[in-house]
Amino acid sequence: MTHQIIMAGFGGQGVMSMGRILAEAGLKEGKNVSWLPSYGPEMRGGTANCSVIISDEPVGAPTVTEATAAIVMNRPSLDKFEKDVLPGGHLFINSSLIDRKATREDINVYYIPANEIADELGTGKIANMVMLGAYIKVTNAAKEETIMEYIEEIFSGKKAELIPLNKEALKRGADCIK
Amino acid sequence: MAKELWKGNEAVAEAAIKAGCRFFFGYPITPQNEIPEYMSLRLPQVGGCFLQAESEVAAINMVYGAAGAGARVMTSSSSPGISLKQEGITYIAAAELPCVIVNMVRGGPGLGGIQPAQSDYFQATKGGGHGDYRIVVLAPDSIQEAANLVQEAFDIADQYRNPVMILGDGMIGQMMEPVEFTEVKKRQLPEKTWATTGLRGRKEHNVVNSLFIDPAVCEKHNQKLFAKYAEIEKNEIKVEEYNLEGAEIVFAAYGTVARIVKNAIKALENEGIKAGLIRPITLWPFPKANFYKAAEMPNVKAFLSVEMSMGQMVEDVEISVKGKKPVYFYGRTGGMVPTPKAIVEEAKKILGGAK
Repeated sequence: MTHQIIMAGFGGQGVMSMGRILAEAGLKEGKNVSWLPSYGPEMRGGTANCSVIISDEPVGAPTVTEATAAIVMNRPSLDKFEKDVLPGGHLFINSSLIDRKATREDINVYYIPANEIADELGTGKIANMVMLGAYIKVTNAAKEETIMEYIEEIFSGKKAELIPLNKEALKRGADCIK
Repeated sequence: MAKELWKGNEAVAEAAIKAGCRFFFGYPITPQNEIPEYMSLRLPQVGGCFLQAESEVAAINMVYGAAGAGARVMTSSSSPGISLKQEGITYIAAAELPCVIVNMVRGGPGLGGIQPAQSDYFQATKGGGHGDYRIVVLAPDSIQEAANLVQEAFDIADQYRNPVMILGDGMIGQMMEPVEFTEVKKRQLPEKTWATTGLRGRKEHNVVNSLFIDPAVCEKHNQKLFAKYAEIEKNEIKVEEYNLEGAEIVFAAYGTVARIVKNAIKALENEGIKAGLIRPITLWPFPKANFYKAAEMPNVKAFLSVEMSMGQMVEDVEISVKGKKPVYFYGRTGGMVPTPKAIVEEAKKILGGAK
């Protein structure tokens, strides 16, 4: 099984970290992984995206042009990447910020009000983890426990108080999937 | 040591530290900035020296100086910056000094763009600076291979007293992949008796120089250099052959593009077309014999060089194949990356015509 994921949004929405967290979890589970960021004159408010691959086989092209899933955090990202999802693939739309529906009918579409949920949890910054929770619930690309294992490693000391918040965000995202 | 996720640029820098590199001189440019950034953090920790020079020209001449004193030294840049370094590189090659130069290639010509490219192949493998000289060019296709090759690059440089270039593309620099820093087998290296470290009891000064004003002496020096390059061609070729058995079409690709080609090979196989790949890991010395051997295989109908350029390595493929089979080219450039699908289409078009 090979998961080829595109994650995209505004700079500052945590798109790069979401990809990194997923890749780290994949690696922990003994999978072959790659994380390829868009790079350039990007800044807070600009657009950012990354391609993540999690596979049982060695990773070939690190670029994702045929995505098994796409997570889009804002409207420009939906406009840009909807076409790149393989037929039968999954598209996760941040419905808090995206005012249109998907046009494709040959893919599975999930509308996640990620920012509303994140605001309920106390910080809009956690919207990425809400999306990630929904994504792993549908695809099983990585286990929630493995993601939390990595989160516990990076949030040590004073930042440890953020661990339960991340866990809750993953759960709330997963709950959006019926 | 377990595998950890490393960004290409940082893995390259850490590999250099592990190989004993203690001097780094550079000047910022995207997409390789994490190399100097990482070096600025790590070198002071291991008693080394990081210096951000006032320009690329200054940086490469600092490399010249440190190499002359026998230090393990590295510089890194991206395409326009590497162009600026060419004068220093030819001086270092002429003076027969070891150093490692990293080029994370971006779109050109001119200032070009900042997205990944392979359009510096000619510059890296055919000279770059003036005069008759060669540098060893290593082209990793993954972060793990980059980490290994950087470590070996310092040994190759020391063994032959010659600059070695790591030629990546923006993706190799920016991508994260699992890396395990394994001990790369260390070579038996000659002592640096030529280094300018003071007299130390000797009677004669060591002199590092690239000026040979007497034409007879200058010619002799060239001949000496080329005897060395012949040794390198004999000993140092690295290449991966993939899926050649029964292949109707053989791709030539290096670096990240070789991985995209592997996806295309799988897709072609699903359509009942057998395709193979020759991936040069050393771009100079070029694995000519591997291509010639493949050209002699009766099953091989054609070669297709796939590059992120307008067609550069394809010329070396043509030289290697010696007209035995047709050689085609497909490329994207300026920061555009070829897709597996487009490569599949191109291969099918060629096989349709070649039959």
